[in-house]
Amino acid sequence: MMRWIRPRALQQQGMLSMNQRNIDYIGRYNDRRAYPLVDNKLKTKTLADTWDVPSPALLQVVKAQHEIHQFLDYVAALDGFAIKPAKGSGGKGILVIAGREGNDFIKPSGSRVSLIDIERHLSNILAGLYSLGGSPDVAIIEALVRADPLLSRYSHQGVPDIRVLVFKGYPVMAMLRLATAASDGKANLHQGAVGVGLNLANGHALNAVQFDQPIEQHPDTGLPLKDIHITQWAYLLTMASRCYEATGLGYMGVDLVVDAFQGPLLLELNARPGLAIQIANGEGLLPRLNAVEALPRPHLTPEARVAWAREQAAPSASGVLCSRPSTRRDGVPA
Amino acid sequence: MRQYSRTPFRIGIGLLILAGVSLATIRHLELGVPWWPGEQRPVWRVEARVDFQASGEPVSVRLNIPDQPPGFRILTEQATSPGYGFTLQEQQGERFAQWDIRQAEGPQTLFFKTRLLPEPQAAQDRESELPTASQVFLEEPSATAARALLTQAQAQSSGPASLARALIRQLTRATPDQNAQLLLDHAALAETLAQLLNHAGIPARLVDGLVLEDARRQQRLLPWLQIHDGNHWITFNPRTGEQGVPEQVLLWRQARGPVLEVVGGQDSQVRFSMLRQTLPATQVGQATATGSVMTALSLYQLPVEQQGMFRLLLLMPFGALVVCVLRILIGIRTAGTFMPVLIAVAFVQTSLLPGLAAFLSLITLGLLLRGYLSSLNLLLVSRISAMIVLVLFLTAALSLIGYHMGFSTGMTLTFFPMVILAWTIERMSILWDEEGPHEVFIQGGGSLLVAILAYLIMSAPLAEHLSFNFPELHLVVLGLILLLGQYTGYKLTELRRFAPMRRYST
Ligand SMILES: Nc1ncnc2c1ncn2[C@@H]1O[C@H](COP(=O)(O)OP(=O)(O)O)[C@@H](O)[C@H]1O
Ligand SMILES: [Mg+2]
Repeated sequence: MMRWIRPRALQQQGMLSMNQRNIDYIGRYNDRRAYPLVDNKLKTKTLADTWDVPSPALLQVVKAQHEIHQFLDYVAALDGFAIKPAKGSGGKGILVIAGREGNDFIKPSGSRVSLIDIERHLSNILAGLYSLGGSPDVAIIEALVRADPLLSRYSHQGVPDIRVLVFKGYPVMAMLRLATAASDGKANLHQGAVGVGLNLANGHALNAVQFDQPIEQHPDTGLPLKDIHITQWAYLLTMASRCYEATGLGYMGVDLVVDAFQGPLLLELNARPGLAIQIANGEGLLPRLNAVEALPRPHLTPEARVAWAREQAAPSASGVLCSRPSTRRDGVPA
Repeated sequence: MRQYSRTPFRIGIGLLILAGVSLATIRHLELGVPWWPGEQRPVWRVEARVDFQASGEPVSVRLNIPDQPPGFRILTEQATSPGYGFTLQEQQGERFAQWDIRQAEGPQTLFFKTRLLPEPQAAQDRESELPTASQVFLEEPSATAARALLTQAQAQSSGPASLARALIRQLTRATPDQNAQLLLDHAALAETLAQLLNHAGIPARLVDGLVLEDARRQQRLLPWLQIHDGNHWITFNPRTGEQGVPEQVLLWRQARGPVLEVVGGQDSQVRFSMLRQTLPATQVGQATATGSVMTALSLYQLPVEQQGMFRLLLLMPFGALVVCVLRILIGIRTAGTFMPVLIAVAFVQTSLLPGLAAFLSLITLGLLLRGYLSSLNLLLVSRISAMIVLVLFLTAALSLIGYHMGFSTGMTLTFFPMVILAWTIERMSILWDEEGPHEVFIQGGGSLLVAILAYLIMSAPLAEHLSFNFPELHLVVLGLILLLGQYTGYKLTELRRFAPMRRYST
């Protein structure tokens, strides 16, 4: 059965392993000093503004315990918003409110949240429950993103987001993440969201996985996932590519959402992007990463980089640019 | 980007490992420290610590020290005492450690260390002249009570030893009769016994014994009773009536007179700490420290109190190595990177099954309590602080229950790192809320698995032997850890995780 795979086979497919990602890519291409920029969503937002990368509007920041009550007054007037710990990750501590009913707030899943719950949630965030290492944190409140209807059909009770893996400024792989009942309106894969690999050339769906297992249809909506394709593809990729200039991080995951009214928005940046994107694409990352590293002269603009990356992927969804991973790369000075 | 060659790094690691192995080999060859723990003999290292307040005058301190204690052979004796003149003296069959100084002021600490080799029947009585019962003068009404007690006891006994046993029985009853109570009101149990026996014409004396338990500190001497039956001194435990010197008891003082005499100081006291070491049989023979460099590097040079701690600390690198292997090569997920090692250290002290049971019940009870706490809507800091206090209560409760059920593990439960436990409970409960019980079992189970494996390695006699006798081998462990840090291959769990890729392989 499909229970195990030989390391040999993985190597042939150029699958990037967790250890290699940490040592050869994150450790080598990501400058530690840039981490706070992406680990803190508030900083990411300001940075994105500076580099003309649109992101969901920042409604408010709750920095201290005593501000919670003010916030509760303010929030009474809103009917959709998302509360996030600025230093959270992996979907932890994110509370998305999609509407109201009387005094209660309604989550995308339809379950109710009372004002007291929100108050407790905020105070947990401030105390650092969701932040790395438990350090004190601030809560940010963002405008609700309403998914583009084309995509939201596929996503169960939550906004789908698009993860673009950007290596040295080049988009190298992309996938769409669809919320499911299991993931509670959040599009984080390990919480049970569906990952759909996207063809870098045109934004068409390739394969889909949930909990690292291949699937054909959305588990909740039952829609075939093969039919998905993303519009404004080049624009999306360029946006992702521009984040390289903004942060200087050589190896990062850029999370984008497509808002029904505002179009593509930057949701967050990730300095330690996961590996499941490879399974969703049915292809290993190493050949593409090697191809970028082997470039004699880097392209200077995001547009040029995106064009190059799409060209590489164009002939077919997979295979062609696979100059099979040779043994070990020699150090290529960047 | 930062790009450096790995060759110097690899050479460095090679040197590190080589250094560790060769240092250990030198130690093995030069000092005869064996590679295997089997060829070892246990040796007790006992340290007497004398504390007093000097009053600015000439000071003279005299500590009674063991002299052919039954069941032990003295290997080495050593005193540390900055500024003091030190002599070993023998007087009328008694041995003393004597410290002198012209002038001293303020708190003073003196150490006397000795190493003893347990030897069955090592020492025999050496009696030059037959002891006689000492005169005891008792006032009324004690005298009458003593007479009554003795008559009673003599009726039940046939000789000095059985008389002593009978008396001990009478005096240690849960409710002693009136006569016994009267005498016990005036003097301590052991003293009363000696008085009664001498009164009955049987030579009896009190000696001081030290109960030897590994890694104990701040211990005091306890009185033991000895009577002379005409041939030998026979020892009794005055508290239980048990005859003979138990294996784990060292008779520190077997002569008359106080253990400690201090002239020129006040508030003097003597406390003992002890440690069970294992020494190679060959080294026991030489017994004394040679002046070699390797000996100077030996951890046996440290004070006993520190050795006990070090022995545990030196096991930590093995735990760390296990965590590295399991996380980097296997890919097991744990809650908190090194939490499992701390748990494993606690297991080393409680032993596995009781420790595991205690740990699981602590976590379960903690999770239940935490459920209640979360409904109180507290701030995180105070919630965790409250959790720490509750974990403490739980530990105390479990210890008590265990104690009443006859387990001595209760004592060692305190080794569980409370703060870590509190955090673990908090994280687990968040994990439960956010990702469901599945993830809790994966991470919790992973942590436990790692902890148990780390425990198994850390508690292996070989690991303890090697880490303490060859501390330089930790260089090898360090080298291995550094090497693992460079491993870029697949983890075992990834071979499973990426299995769906088989359908795409060409
Ligand atoms: N403003 C928003 N409106 C609606 N849904 C949101 C919003 N922000 C985040 N989400 C949902 O929560 C998920 C996680 O958010 P993200 O900002 O990526 O945080 P994390 O770092 O925890 O992954 C997103 O994939 C999306 O589904
Ligand atoms: Mg995210």
